[in-house]
Amino acid sequence: MARVIVDVMLKPEILDPQGQAIAGALPRLGFSGVRDVRQGKRFEVEIEGEADEAALSEVRKMAETLLANTVIEDFTVRVER
Amino acid sequence: MNAARVGVVTFPGTLDDQDAARAVRLAGAEAVPLWHADHDLKGVDAVFLPGGFSYGDYLRCGAISRFAPLMDELIPAARAGLPVLGTCNGFQILCEAHLLPGALTRNEGLHYICRDQGIRVENTSTAWTSDFEAGQEIVLPVKHGEGRYVADADTVSALESSGRVVFRYVGGNPNGSLNDIAGIANEAGNVVGLMPHPEHAVEDLTGAPSVDGRGFFTSILKKLVNA
Repeated sequence: MARVIVDVMLKPEILDPQGQAIAGALPRLGFSGVRDVRQGKRFEVEIEGEADEAALSEVRKMAETLLANTVIEDFTVRVER
Repeated sequence: MNAARVGVVTFPGTLDDQDAARAVRLAGAEAVPLWHADHDLKGVDAVFLPGGFSYGDYLRCGAISRFAPLMDELIPAARAGLPVLGTCNGFQILCEAHLLPGALTRNEGLHYICRDQGIRVENTSTAWTSDFEAGQEIVLPVKHGEGRYVADADTVSALESSGRVVFRYVGGNPNGSLNDIAGIANEAGNVVGLMPHPEHAVEDLTGAPSVDGRGFFTSILKKLVNA
């Protein structure tokens, strides 16, 4: 069994009001020096067997089909550890 | 002559299907309930995808619904010309299904907006807007947290230049949509999606801000009767 991580982020040109709200809250809490925050999603996909190239390509397909909307989001796929 | 049959789709979490069915009946058509888990469009002449929170808006609004068994039937039928109207969550589903370009994202300012909204009808050549006058301003309820229309610059300019921006917000943009876009159509004009709710504006009895929503249903009925 292996765990594959899919990170999904809004494309840089898409406004992220949630990230902006977080960035706005941080200085109020005393955290200074934050220039920007973008919020995304992390998926932990546990697969049977090895995380070989075939399995990763299958996870990429999952990400393209369902986990991310590639109209507005980018994703990255990596194996944990 | 038999009444035109308009299918109204229910997903788990759909809220506005009963209002949509009622609006269809008030316009003089038969409302045919369609169930998300069936591979069956029941031979309807048009389909209404109502609003709500299908699948709890999990993952992204409309992202799970888009893969429902019914959608396996609806997507090819829409591509082949079946008239389809999606409002609110229905619009989100149409975008996720790539029947319409772009996407609906979190409102600018993050607030869930529920109010009566001015809308200008920009295109009266679609299956669902022929009974309006070009440039007509109508009032419909809006109620959504994720209605900010976004698409890449090429897509937006293609929509604008081909008249596929069907509805535009007037008197204030509730959600930060690009170019005040409230609704769009596909190239053929048979698939239309918008965030506002025509099905909530068909009867004075309900305290609706107008009965302007009736125009959507009279438009599609005329089209079906003349087909």
